[in-house]
Amino acid sequence: MFLEILLSFLLLLRMRKTLRTFHPNPKWDKYILYAIIGVGVLFSLDTLVHADEFAKWFWHIVLLAIVAVFFIRDELITDRLIINAVLPLILISLVGDILEATPIKIFKTLSQYMDYAYPVAITWMIALLVRSKKQQKVLLEERQKREEDLKEYRMMTERKAELERLVTERTSELVSQKEELEQAINDLKSTQAQLVQREKMASLGELTAGIAHEIQNPLNFVNNFSEVSVELTDELQHEINSLLVNEPDKIHLSAVIKDIRSNQEKINYHGKRADSIVKGMLLHSRKSSGQKEQTDINMLADEYIQLSYHGLRAKDKSFNATLDKHYDETLDKINVVPQDMGRVFLNLFTNSFYSVTEKKQQKEEAKEPYEPIVSVYTKKLVDTTEIRIKDNGMGMSREILDKIFQPFFTTKPTGQGTGLGLSISYDIVTKIHGGQMTVNTEEGEFAEFVLLLPAIN
Amino acid sequence: MKVLVVDDEKDMKTLFEQRFRKEIQKQEMNFVFAFSGEEALRYLKDHVHEAVLILSDINMPGMSGLELLKHIKQDFTPPPPVVMMITAYGDDENYQQCIQGGADDFLTKPLDFNLLKQKLKTIM
Repeated sequence: MFLEILLSFLLLLRMRKTLRTFHPNPKWDKYILYAIIGVGVLFSLDTLVHADEFAKWFWHIVLLAIVAVFFIRDELITDRLIINAVLPLILISLVGDILEATPIKIFKTLSQYMDYAYPVAITWMIALLVRSKKQQKVLLEERQKREEDLKEYRMMTERKAELERLVTERTSELVSQKEELEQAINDLKSTQAQLVQREKMASLGELTAGIAHEIQNPLNFVNNFSEVSVELTDELQHEINSLLVNEPDKIHLSAVIKDIRSNQEKINYHGKRADSIVKGMLLHSRKSSGQKEQTDINMLADEYIQLSYHGLRAKDKSFNATLDKHYDETLDKINVVPQDMGRVFLNLFTNSFYSVTEKKQQKEEAKEPYEPIVSVYTKKLVDTTEIRIKDNGMGMSREILDKIFQPFFTTKPTGQGTGLGLSISYDIVTKIHGGQMTVNTEEGEFAEFVLLLPAIN
Repeated sequence: MKVLVVDDEKDMKTLFEQRFRKEIQKQEMNFVFAFSGEEALRYLKDHVHEAVLILSDINMPGMSGLELLKHIKQDFTPPPPVVMMITAYGDDENYQQCIQGGADDFLTKPLDFNLLKQKLKTIM
């Protein structure tokens, strides 16, 4: 019986250790502990009470139950070898006690022979336990290795996650940097284009001014000599009239003199045209001599829209257009050179009137209704004054729009425009007043010039 | 009264002689010509006692018209000769410089001879 108690105790200890090591479960750990204590208590009671016959069968049952648990529970599969080791001993003890308890004599005799089986069972048990120990060792090593592998795997996974996070962060930074760089490149391209345009305008301005200076003097002589020549031909005609020359010769001479006079007038007319172009070109190189003064922009714009309108009406009685004025009455006076800004307004209004007149002619030819309108808007903004001059005339194509501020660029027929009005206006607004001048347009529909002048100069 | 025309352009002489041919023939007008500021100044110094009206260009190599004007107004007193300045570029800057320098009148090229004739007659 002592063997059963001892095995029960040892097997329970083994069960607890195995479960703690491989399948920790506090609930089961507690039950097994109670069972171990129970075995100890019962053993103590047994030594006191001496109920040997009952106790013997009780401990057999307890031990078999414990063995059964080892076979039933998969968590304890690693201990099967230990159970296999002790099982013959348990069975020999059980069979011996059964045989001894039978009333048949031959079985009783057989039970005495069972004592010889114990050494075999113990030898078997020791051999298997040694083997089990080795297996346990191998298992432990494998387990440690597996744990290490797992640890390494976890570390690798963590490292991988960390690396992925870093890669994501870095990628995000790179994408952001790439976008910033792209933006910077776009800004640079735009600035470069503006600089090229400004440089082109500046060098064109210098060039034209240089050419103008050189042309001005000879041109003055062309004009003055042609004028004097006209007077001289008059004198010549007068002299011929007073001479005694036969009539056919006089008629012939008069015709020649008339042609010469007409030619000189043409030279003078075209010389004056060239002179006005050259004077316009010179404005590019000239700094504004006018003084900036507090100016009512509404009044100035109104003065020049009227001037432009009535100037054109005086030349062409059929000319007509609706003047659509929207002045911001809250507009403060701003510091501008009135003569220069007047020139800008005059250029813009004249262009607008020219454009609506052209469109009107087209519409009349096509017999379509059209009402020419030239509008002016002023508006007080935070630090600037906005002036918009709009017409519902011909508008501009993209190609024309790119060139309108270049000196000598004109869409008007030869002799009707020098191509300097807008380039001078651009210079006045941007260089003299530090403002901006932009254009919104749709070909065939409208053109709108937007001027932004700083409210404080 | 003599009119001293100062201009580095030699054709200016031809132009004046043609335009005022009748006046010169009738001796209503008497023109002399200098082709630089220095030459004009020498003439004036050599003819201190003559009444001379000066018509001077501004942009000339060597002594400019403005420098000539300054010399005339400083050296020939009292009263200094009348000086009319002529410029190819009728801009405000030139005009202001001439008036500040003491010029009596200001004309732009190409010359309006009718206007010039009127002004000369008034002064004479």
